[in-house]
Amino acid sequence: MSGIIKSSIARKVAMALSAFFLLVFLLQHFLINFTSVFSADTFNELSHFMGTDPFIQFLMQPILIIGVVFHFVMGFILEARNNSARNVKYVKYSGGANASWMSRNMIYSGIVILAFLGLHFYDFWFPEIAHKYVHALHEDPGRYYGEMVVKFHNPVRVGLYCLAFVFLALHLMHGFSSAFQSVGFNNKYTPAVKKLGKAYAILIPLGFIFIALFHYFNSL
Amino acid sequence: MNLTLKIWRQKNADAKGAMETYQVENISPDSSFLEMLDILNDQLINEGKEPVAFDHDCREGICGMCSLQINGEPHGPGRGITTCQLHMRKFSDGDTIFIEPFRAKAFPVIKDLVVDRTSFDRIQHAGGYISVNTSGNTQDANGIPVEKHKADKAFDAATCIGCGACVAACKNASAMLFTSAKVSQFALLPQGRIEATERVLNMVKQMDLEGFGNCTNTGACEIECPKGISLENIARMNREYLKASLK
Repeated sequence: MSGIIKSSIARKVAMALSAFFLLVFLLQHFLINFTSVFSADTFNELSHFMGTDPFIQFLMQPILIIGVVFHFVMGFILEARNNSARNVKYVKYSGGANASWMSRNMIYSGIVILAFLGLHFYDFWFPEIAHKYVHALHEDPGRYYGEMVVKFHNPVRVGLYCLAFVFLALHLMHGFSSAFQSVGFNNKYTPAVKKLGKAYAILIPLGFIFIALFHYFNSL
Repeated sequence: MNLTLKIWRQKNADAKGAMETYQVENISPDSSFLEMLDILNDQLINEGKEPVAFDHDCREGICGMCSLQINGEPHGPGRGITTCQLHMRKFSDGDTIFIEPFRAKAFPVIKDLVVDRTSFDRIQHAGGYISVNTSGNTQDANGIPVEKHKADKAFDAATCIGCGACVAACKNASAMLFTSAKVSQFALLPQGRIEATERVLNMVKQMDLEGFGNCTNTGACEIECPKGISLENIARMNREYLKASLK
């Protein structure tokens, strides 16, 4: 069993499975956030549900945190192993001649996303946890929209969010279809998966950028 | 053509190597890259200097012996070719060409541009075969029906010449394209299914032990492979490995 855990293929499959989970999470996160553009009440209702439902709070949230941490930690472990596999570097290396920038720089786009998560947790997750479990304040189902919108009044924060979503798009451009390849999915549907991956990689981050800019300009 | 060559020189496996610069003149655009290196070596021998050591054998793109990272790409700028099939017309008069050995921890340099690729042999020994009784009672291979599309894919995988360009091109120095081609060529055929479980587990284990990196699906290996081995083989190996691990 330990042989399988250490094996290169098992690790990349585990990486892909955590990626699939994060892709689904990102989609639902986007759909809920997007409701804030047209209905504060719907956003409040969905946020209240996500913030108080025991299944989401005590099962899905820990799984998500484990998934995120695993994805990053395994990403760094694989990067270290891959770097050590070429102990003497090329003097001239034309990586761009045979592979996309996105595929060669997943670690850098990933680090930017990790930094963004730090900011995102500071903005939303830590205050939320403190509100519910540290200060045990009274739950007001109508508080979410107001708490969210106020964060997007700061142009620097909005700029950082937009920049992070550009890197998220770059990460997904390769990551989406790469996850399918890693679990052994490469067949006649692969061109369709690649197209779907490109659409997801562009539309979801673009949607998040739109939401951030919408609330910023709405606040002016 | 007059060219400036920047070539990796390294006396032996333990020596510290460095890039050295050489000039070659009047090179025909129709000569092959290896012929150009032969001309350089004649020049060096006439000057009483040590010629550049580089691997080569058949010089017709089938043995997988010639290697070389040329201007940052294995087998140079062409596609679907080995270094011996690369011609100087791919370059321009006055060019500076960087020539380095294939780089990977699992491909240590022996001398100059020659690397030790026996790690590939050890992966092959770990399971890249089928156990066939050769006592004279061997079943006629044509007596076992094989679906045409599977036979074609097995043949495509079997065209891998084990040159190591996939490792050299990969930013992670991963050998998954090579290993997957060797796994696939047997996994697709009924004769290879009998030992399929042990084969994939042992070959992947050996691949990891050799110190190759992990595949991150950049696709550089497929682009640079002189035989056009497809990434489909890596996906198949991943499936085979998962199936074998769960047994």
